Amino acid sequence: MTDSVNKSRRNLLIGTSAVGAIGAGFAAVPFIKSWLPSERAKAAGSPVKADYSKIEPGQMLNVLWRGQPVFLVNRTEKQMAVLDSLTEKLKDPQSETSIQPDYIDGIKRSRKENLLVVIGICTHLGCSPKYYPDLEPQSFDSEWQGGFYCPCHNSRFDISGRVYKGSPASRNLDIPPYTFLDENIIEIGTDGGAV
Amino acid sequence: MMKKSLLFLLCMTIPMVASAAGGAYITEPANTNIKSKSSLQKGAKTYMNYCLACHTMAFQRYNRVAADLGLTEDEMMQSLVLTDAKFADKMTNNMTIEQGTKWFGAAPPDLSVNAKARGVDWLYNYLINFYVDPTRPSGWNNLTFPNASMPHVLWELQGIREAKFETHTDDAGDDHREFVGFETIEEGLMSEAEYKDLVRDLVNFMDYSAEPAQLIRMAYAPWVLLFMAFFTFIAYLLKVNYFKDIH
Amino acid sequence: MGKIASSRTKKSNGLMDWFNQRLPVTQFYKDHLSEYYAPKNFNFWYFFGSLALLVLVNQIVTGIWLTMHYKPDAAQAFGMVEYIMRDVPWGWLIRYLHTTGASAFFVVIYLHMFRGLLYGSYKKPRELIWVFGMVLYLALMAEAFMGYVLPWGNMSYWGAKVITQLFSAVPYFGDSLVEWVRGDYLISDATLNRFFALHVIALPLVIVILVVLHIAALHTVGSNNPEGVDIKKHKDENGVPLDGIPFHPYYTVKDIFGVAMFLFIFLFIVFVKPDMGGLFLEHDNFVPANPSSTPDHIKPVWYFTPFYAMLRAVPDMQMGALVMALAIVVLFFLPWLDRSPVKSIRYRRWPYKIMLSLFAITFVILGWLGMQSGSELQKMVTQILTGFYFFYFIWLFFYSRNETYHEVPERIEK
Repeated sequence: MTDSVNKSRRNLLIGTSAVGAIGAGFAAVPFIKSWLPSERAKAAGSPVKADYSKIEPGQMLNVLWRGQPVFLVNRTEKQMAVLDSLTEKLKDPQSETSIQPDYIDGIKRSRKENLLVVIGICTHLGCSPKYYPDLEPQSFDSEWQGGFYCPCHNSRFDISGRVYKGSPASRNLDIPPYTFLDENIIEIGTDGGAV
Repeated sequence: MMKKSLLFLLCMTIPMVASAAGGAYITEPANTNIKSKSSLQKGAKTYMNYCLACHTMAFQRYNRVAADLGLTEDEMMQSLVLTDAKFADKMTNNMTIEQGTKWFGAAPPDLSVNAKARGVDWLYNYLINFYVDPTRPSGWNNLTFPNASMPHVLWELQGIREAKFETHTDDAGDDHREFVGFETIEEGLMSEAEYKDLVRDLVNFMDYSAEPAQLIRMAYAPWVLLFMAFFTFIAYLLKVNYFKDIH
Repeated sequence: MGKIASSRTKKSNGLMDWFNQRLPVTQFYKDHLSEYYAPKNFNFWYFFGSLALLVLVNQIVTGIWLTMHYKPDAAQAFGMVEYIMRDVPWGWLIRYLHTTGASAFFVVIYLHMFRGLLYGSYKKPRELIWVFGMVLYLALMAEAFMGYVLPWGNMSYWGAKVITQLFSAVPYFGDSLVEWVRGDYLISDATLNRFFALHVIALPLVIVILVVLHIAALHTVGSNNPEGVDIKKHKDENGVPLDGIPFHPYYTVKDIFGVAMFLFIFLFIVFVKPDMGGLFLEHDNFVPANPSSTPDHIKPVWYFTPFYAMLRAVPDMQMGALVMALAIVVLFFLPWLDRSPVKSIRYRRWPYKIMLSLFAITFVILGWLGMQSGSELQKMVTQILTGFYFFYFIWLFFYSRNETYHEVPERIEK
C-alpha cells in the first residue's frame, strides 16, 4: 500500500465521516424538535381575554391562562396607599429579581394603576395563595396591610404581590405579559401595544 | 448490474400497478395546482362559504391555513373565518352527527383527508356532475356518486340540469341505463368554464387540506436528495478506495 | 517508536484493559468485526442484510417517537395520527419515515430471502440461520399487520376483521379463538389496545432477540458467497481464510455505500411520494373506521398480497387459510427439500435456473393478483399459479437429489 493510497484513504474517510455526521445532525433535528409544544398545545396556551371592567373595587377575578390561575385585582385607594410604607418588611421591594415584563414598574407592578395582574402561584413550591383584601390583623400577621397569604408554608405577599421577609418564598409573585384591547377587555399572554 | 437495473425498473412500475378508483364516472382530470396560492385562497373561500356549515375539517386549523396560503391573521379572520372561532381553532361547525343523520340520511362526513380517500379527480367530477332528480329525497342525484345524500349546494353557481339516459338491452337480456348528456333547465350565475374553475380551486384547497405538510416536504425534497446524492458519491469513492486492496 | 507512542498506547490499553477484564469487548470486536472473515466476493445481493438492520433501527426509533403522541383509543386513534401529521412539529416526517420504512422492510427482506435462494445460503451448515430468518419473517408479518391497524382507518378495521376471522378456520375452537384474539365479539377498542401493546413492545423485543440469534448463528459458521465456495477450507498459516477479508473495514465501508444508495431511494419516496399512489398508504384508510361501511375492495398492504391471493383462490375459507399457512410453512423446510450439494445457482443446471426464475415471477404475479378485485379469469390464473408455487417445492425435492452439476471451484476467482 503506497503512501498516496493511505493519504487518499484518510481524506476520503474524513470526508465521508464529516458528510455522514452532518447528515446525522440534520436527521436528528426533526426528532428533537418534535418534542416542542405542538400546535394543539400552543392553541391551548394562546392568550386569554377577560372583561375587567366589571370587577368591583377590592374584588378579585381569577382567570385561567396556560393552565395557571391569573389574579386580576381591582385595588382600592386604601390598598394602594400603603405600598410605599412596606419597604422595610419586603425581601424585594423594587421588584428587581421579579419575573415580570419590562413595562411593569417595581412598586405598583401594574400597567393600569389599580389593576393588579399577577400569576396566582406561590413562588415557593407552587400552591395557590389566598386573597386577604382587608387591612386588619390576621392570624398570620398582626399588622396585615392587605395582600395574599399562602396557607401551605406561610408565605405572605403584599397587595402588589411582593414577598414579605420571613416567608419561605424568595421571589415576588410573577407577572405575565398582558395588554388592554379596550376599556373593558384585557388580553393575558401577549404584550400588544401601550396602555 | 443487469439485475440492479431490472430491479430498479420493477420498483418504478409499482406506482403504475396501484389501482385507480374503479367504476366511478370520471371523465375530466382535475388539473389542480397545489403550488398556486391564489387558487388555494379562492378554494378556501368557497369552502368556508358553502361547505363548512355541514362538513367540518376538524383536523385543519385556521392559523395553519392562513400561514400556508399567505394570509395575515386579520385577512384570515375577516374574510375566511365566518364563525366565532379563534385564529388557532380547528375548522368545526355546530352540526351534530344526530342532526346530520336526521336531515340527510347520512351525517355529512368530515372532509379533512377526503381528498386522499377519494382523489382530486373523483372530487372534481363529483362536484360538476350533479343533476336534478325528483325521485331522490334531496331532489338531486350525481353521476359520479349515484344516490348521494348531498344536495347540489353549488346549484346557484352551476345552474340546474337534467340528465338524459337511454336504456339498452344487451345480449343476455339485461337492461343497462346509459348516460347520454345533460340538458340545462336553468342557467347558473357562472358560465361552465367559471364554475369548473371554482370547483378546481375548491378541490385544490381540499387536496392541500388533506396534507398541509406536502408543501413543506416538496420544498425539502430537492435538498435532501442532493445531499444524499453527494453522500452516495463520496461513500462510493471510499468503497472503491478500500477495495483496491482486494484481488 | 519513542516514548510518546508507547505512553499513548499504554493509556488506551489501560482503559480497554479495565473493560476487557469485566466484559470481553476487544474479543467481541475481533470476533465479529475486525477478524470476522467474510468472503471477498460479496455482490449487490449481500447489501440487504445490513439494510434490514438499518430499517429495523429506523422503525424502532420512529416508532418510539410516534408513541409519544399517539393514543390507542378507538375514538381518538384516527385523530391522533392527523394530530401527528399536522400539529406535532416534524410529526409528518416521523410518520412517513415509519410507513415508508414498513414497506421498505419488506422490499429488503424479500430481496434478502431471494439471495438465500440464489446462492443456497440456507443449506448445511446454515439451516438454523434460515429457520431463525423464517421465524423473523413471521414475526415481521405479525408486527406489520398490527401496526396497520393502529391508525384505525376503515381498511385497518376491515383488514383486522378479515384476518382475525381466519382463526375461525381452526377446527373445534376456531370461533372462541377469534373472540380471544379480538378481546371482544367484534373488532373494537379492546383489539386496538392489545395490538398496540404487541406492536410497540412484545413483537419488537421478539424481533430484536431473533435478529441477535440470526446473526450469532451466521457468525458461528461464517457467511456464504455467490460462488457457494466454502472459504474456510483454505486458510493461511494464521488460520485466516485465503479468500476471506475482515468484515471491518471492508464490508463496513461497502455497507455504508449500500446504505447511502438505499437512503437515496428511501428518502425520495418519503419526501416526494410517500403514499406511493395508494400502495404504501391506502386510500381507504383515510376514512375513519366504520363498522357499517365496508370498503369496495378489502385488500391487505402489498407485501401480504401474494398470500392473500392464495387465500382467495381457494373456494373454501378453511382450506384457503390452510393453503396460505402451508405456503409459509413449506419455506421453513427448504434446507431439507433442496437436496443438491451445490449451493450457488451459478453451478446448477438450467432446469433449476428456469424453475427458480418462474418461482420468483409467480410470487410477484400472485402479489399483483392479490391487489385486484378478482375476476373469474384472474381467479383461475391465481389457482394455477398457487399450484405452481407448491409444485416448485415438490419438484425441487425430487430433482435436487439427482441433479448433475457443474464442477464447483475450490477457490474464489476474482
